[in-house]
Amino acid sequence: MSASTQEINNLINQEYKQGFVTELETTTFLPGLDEDVIAKLSKIKNEPEFMLEYRLKAFRHWQTMKSPEWAFVKFDPIDYQSISYYSAPKRKEDGPKSLDEIDPQVLEAYKKLGIPLDEQERLAGVAVDAVFDSVSVATTFKGKLKDAGVIFCPISEALRDHPELIKEYLGSVVPISDNYFAALNAAVFTDGSFVYIPKGVRCPMELSTYFRINAANTGQFERTLIIADEGSHVSYLEGCTAPMRDENQLHAAVVELVAMKDAVIKYSTVQNWYPGDKNGLGGIYNFVTKRADCRGENSKVSWTQVETGSAITWKYPSCVLTGDNSVGEFYSVALTNNYQQADTGTKMIHIGKNTRSTIVSKGISAGKAQNTYRGLVKVLKSAENARNYTQCDSLLVGDQCGAHTFPYIEVKQPSAQVEHEATTSKISEDQLFFCQQRGLSAEDAVSMIVNGFCKEVFKELPMEFAVEAQALLGLSLEGSVG
Amino acid sequence: MLSIKNLHVSVGDKPILKGINLEIKPGEIHAIMGPNGSGKSTLSHILSGKSGYTVTEGSATYQGKDLLDMPPEIRAREGVFLAFQYPVEIPGVSNVYLLKAALNSIRKHHGQSEVDAMDFLTLVKGKVRLLEMDEKFLYRAVNEGFSGGEKKRNEILQMAILEPKLCILDETDSGLDIDALKIVSEGVNSLRSPDRSFVMVTHYQRLLDYIKPDFVHVLAHGQIVKSGGPELALELEEKGYSWLEDAEASA
Repeated sequence: MSASTQEINNLINQEYKQGFVTELETTTFLPGLDEDVIAKLSKIKNEPEFMLEYRLKAFRHWQTMKSPEWAFVKFDPIDYQSISYYSAPKRKEDGPKSLDEIDPQVLEAYKKLGIPLDEQERLAGVAVDAVFDSVSVATTFKGKLKDAGVIFCPISEALRDHPELIKEYLGSVVPISDNYFAALNAAVFTDGSFVYIPKGVRCPMELSTYFRINAANTGQFERTLIIADEGSHVSYLEGCTAPMRDENQLHAAVVELVAMKDAVIKYSTVQNWYPGDKNGLGGIYNFVTKRADCRGENSKVSWTQVETGSAITWKYPSCVLTGDNSVGEFYSVALTNNYQQADTGTKMIHIGKNTRSTIVSKGISAGKAQNTYRGLVKVLKSAENARNYTQCDSLLVGDQCGAHTFPYIEVKQPSAQVEHEATTSKISEDQLFFCQQRGLSAEDAVSMIVNGFCKEVFKELPMEFAVEAQALLGLSLEGSVG
Repeated sequence: MLSIKNLHVSVGDKPILKGINLEIKPGEIHAIMGPNGSGKSTLSHILSGKSGYTVTEGSATYQGKDLLDMPPEIRAREGVFLAFQYPVEIPGVSNVYLLKAALNSIRKHHGQSEVDAMDFLTLVKGKVRLLEMDEKFLYRAVNEGFSGGEKKRNEILQMAILEPKLCILDETDSGLDIDALKIVSEGVNSLRSPDRSFVMVTHYQRLLDYIKPDFVHVLAHGQIVKSGGPELALELEEKGYSWLEDAEASA
């Protein structure tokens, strides 16, 4: 191994800056999962009767299923009885009415993460729903959004206040029987965000949810449902972090998006769950089902994700292009370092006529990490003139990591056009030396080269988050050079 | 400026440079000529800090400091610049971004503040005109899809902006047609100053028609076998390298 390969390998020690634990009084269920636990969960959240039935049906189905083994990731079987399915900061009877009633420790935690919940210190033009372990602790700008007719609230609140929307849409994109983790989520999900944009409304600000896992031995099962009615427009962003702990924690979320006629949903993720230490100890298992239904004509859904955290990432944000002329997009940067594993990609299901999809995936592997792109482009017989373009690039940093690509293409319609391009490259010693010879440190050079590699995806992110994502990538590769 | 004493360099077990001695004073231009495999590129690499070489004996002192002890980025910040024989491509990173990052890292090293964006653009655009480049080059990814000549011009552009003290040109003339060679040479000539020195590594005499060296050294089998003024280059052009190599072999 030459000197600068060694340097590249040394670059890989990163410090996880969100790894602190907040000491709180909490209400936490004992570990274990059965129908009684689910009934208790539904009760503590004061849910309508139909939800308990929904949950139990999902649970019974889940018990007949097996954990999927097809992904290119390795982990020991999860003991679902050793996980606690509910943990929430203790609070007053009806939940906090204003920020004054939220535990100051929780507010402090969000402040540390750079997500001030006080509207006075807010991120300009971004409304935030803050989910802490199993509950939403605050949602900002509710009033202003209400004036525009937009509903943005914790999903547990929507279950009570908007049961008709929940009944119609929950599980309509990701049914309870969809897959193992989605079924588990349907049975035990605790909170998440609910968004409804009425007809013709352009949401006046960015919506965002910030997920924080704090408690130990707890799973986070959040559920997000976004409905964009005819001609509406919304941009939504989620961020995630967790403390550094030696044991693995499970995060099994489900996100459902519904876009009606002429509606546009832009969904961006900056995922920075704790990735485990440099020996592969601890970290979050991020097993997530995200799917959008472009139900109406001319609807459009765009997924952008920057995945830098988690010990294991297993997620495929997908688009079902039902409506004629609907458009699905997937832009992804997945960075794995040390012993992280990622098996991520997308599915584009073309059903309507003239449906179009674009996939741009950038995988970066460093350390001893494994990074897999897995994607499905399926064109049904009904999807005349469907078009897909896929570009799938992998970048290797150092010589002990792996990049893998599994594209699946199924076309039943002869007029469809499907393109796939893939490249694999390595940060070369020559590139590194060139940058150093111009005065950049090896760290800055790697960060610059990686950011250049990801440029096509970053330009899809909302402005303020693009900057954050770039900094995050730099941080994830920061370490000790020479 | 630069003082090389009895420098021996190996790659693996194979000795490449076998006792180089060279004194370069501020403002001087030295041409290093020699046949393929004589160690010319090794010399530029070892001075600029590329890894993969072992110094087995000797020293190189730059402005009173041990050059060989410095990491490559420190050498760069201290004013050592290598114009690459084969400039690399960096997809997705714009030229202007690289230039700004490089300039700021050098300024920071000297305790100066980061350059203001407007001032920087004014500076860069001036240099771009000087090298008869299209401004569009600034916003293209570093060297990506550039022709050979464009890449070399880009190297000189970087040199013009970073204003190094010691410029090492590694086969800058290779792959250039006569028009590009003229522009590159004019760029280099415009950077000549009493406190800036150049080391030009080249196989052919033709570059020296455009950039007049003060000294010419002939490198063969890892040693400087002959030094002289510009007239030595003309002699080489006429006789080739073999008479010097033979002379050395029989010596």
